[in-house]
Amino acid sequence: MERTLYGMIAEFNSPQELIDASKAAHDEGYTHLDAYSPYPIEEVCEAIGLHGNKLPLIVLLGGIAGGLFGYGLQYWTTVIDYPLNLGGKPFHTWPMFVPVTFECIILFGALSAVVGMIALNGLPMPYHPVFNAPNFERASSDGFFLCIEATDPKFDKEKTRGFLARLQPQQVSEVED
Amino acid sequence: MPEAAANPADYELAADHPLRRTGRLGLVVGLIALAALGFAAMESPTQFFRSYLVAYLYWIGIALGSLVILMIQHVTGGPWGVRIRRTLEAGTRTLPLLALLFVPIAFGVHELFEWSHASAVAKDEVLQHKSPYLNEPFFLMRAAGYFVVWLTLMFFLNRWSQQQDARGHTPSLGRKMTLLSRGGIVLYALTVTFASVDWGMSLEPHWFSTMYGVLFAGGQLLSAMAFAIAISARLVDRKPISDVIGVTCFHDLGKLMLAFVMLWAYFAFSQFLIIYAGNLPEEIPYYLNRLAGGWEYVGLAVLLFHFALPFASLLSRRLKQNAPRLAMLAVFVLLVRYVDTYWLVTPAFSPKDFVLHWQDLAAFVGLGGIWLATFVRQLQKRPLLPLHDPELA
Repeated sequence: MERTLYGMIAEFNSPQELIDASKAAHDEGYTHLDAYSPYPIEEVCEAIGLHGNKLPLIVLLGGIAGGLFGYGLQYWTTVIDYPLNLGGKPFHTWPMFVPVTFECIILFGALSAVVGMIALNGLPMPYHPVFNAPNFERASSDGFFLCIEATDPKFDKEKTRGFLARLQPQQVSEVED
Repeated sequence: MPEAAANPADYELAADHPLRRTGRLGLVVGLIALAALGFAAMESPTQFFRSYLVAYLYWIGIALGSLVILMIQHVTGGPWGVRIRRTLEAGTRTLPLLALLFVPIAFGVHELFEWSHASAVAKDEVLQHKSPYLNEPFFLMRAAGYFVVWLTLMFFLNRWSQQQDARGHTPSLGRKMTLLSRGGIVLYALTVTFASVDWGMSLEPHWFSTMYGVLFAGGQLLSAMAFAIAISARLVDRKPISDVIGVTCFHDLGKLMLAFVMLWAYFAFSQFLIIYAGNLPEEIPYYLNRLAGGWEYVGLAVLLFHFALPFASLLSRRLKQNAPRLAMLAVFVLLVRYVDTYWLVTPAFSPKDFVLHWQDLAAFVGLGGIWLATFVRQLQKRPLLPLHDPELA
């Protein structure tokens, strides 16, 4: 069975090399990029344009939903379903509703962040071609990888290999799908 | 990054830097305002002391907040702390001036504090029980004690920092600063709690709140962080400072300011909620006095502009990374800090009846002008970055 190409990957030894490589690839016009490192590197995210994702919006909507739920729950229980006179205060004692509302905002916001992250990353994902790359287990310990994917409009097997080789990585290899 | 070869003179406040002009302007305007205030004091001393107290509590908040953030960064380390350290240090070196400016308050105890009147105490059993603590000699002794603690901390932290400039960093110097700061943070917490009880809470001597001290401290942290951001944003208008205090630093400072906005809001709301829920006759008047007769709009402004607006704005990553915009927000927060201080103090003199006297503004501008002038004078004395600190090397 013939294997298709997933992309071209370069392996670096230091975070700075990865940062420089990401910037160079971005400047070269590549858009379908991904970087792999043992820990998050802010500059790499900037360089490959990872910040414009939908997660903040999902968390915001989750938080708003949580706030409405928390406030609504208290309003319904204390004003509509089971009104009790507590110390002569009005049934709709909004200052007392604030802590629970706040906690519900946090709870729903945090849960939407986790669920949103999993969904946007396409997890669970039992197979990803990048694991076919040689030495890729180093990405969890001391290796820094930059992969230019074959779907990139500028991708050309030989030119991309040449471009990555000029960045002086440890090695450049093809990743099979 | 500054190298060992860097010339310290490049890191000093330039002779033509606009901050110097701000300092000179502050001195002139401040002295004029204080002169006007002095004349007014002869006419109506009571109003003078009330206005003076609010302004004093506001400006000392920035200095004390600078002191505690300085000590926190000595303990925690981190790239943000070393970059605003000289601003914080210059802020603490205004404390001698503030000790001097406390003298009018010492003379105004009778005008300000009900518990200092023997006739009032004689009629009031609660005040009699509180008189072992709330009496004039002990009040003045405590104030002297607070200043001894603050000035001692300020003196050593600044001195060792200067030695770091002169002789380079040594591990023992770093250890000394960390050790003093650890104890100093505890001393700050204690002294500010007691000072807030003395200078603020005892204006309404029947009322009490265990949240009051931390609410004060939270406000001071926010004031000092906003001030450090506003100053840093003006320092980065030229090289080589702009190479060191960069986008990442302002992002960090913005995050810390967001944290302090939330911390303050947490303290302020907790105090309100506990008193509201308890609804006890000795506690609830504090908020009844502050939520009627016009004061309720000031309270609403504090809620909106001291919490909601800065909180929502500071969520934005782009705002935090944009130094001029972040500095604009910081200056706005500094102004609203005065509104909050005013709302905290003045209703004690004028419950359920909003007042704003021209002397209030004159005291704010007068004390602020000479305070700023002193700050700039102190800031220009040393390089704007502790160049030998290992955090920068």
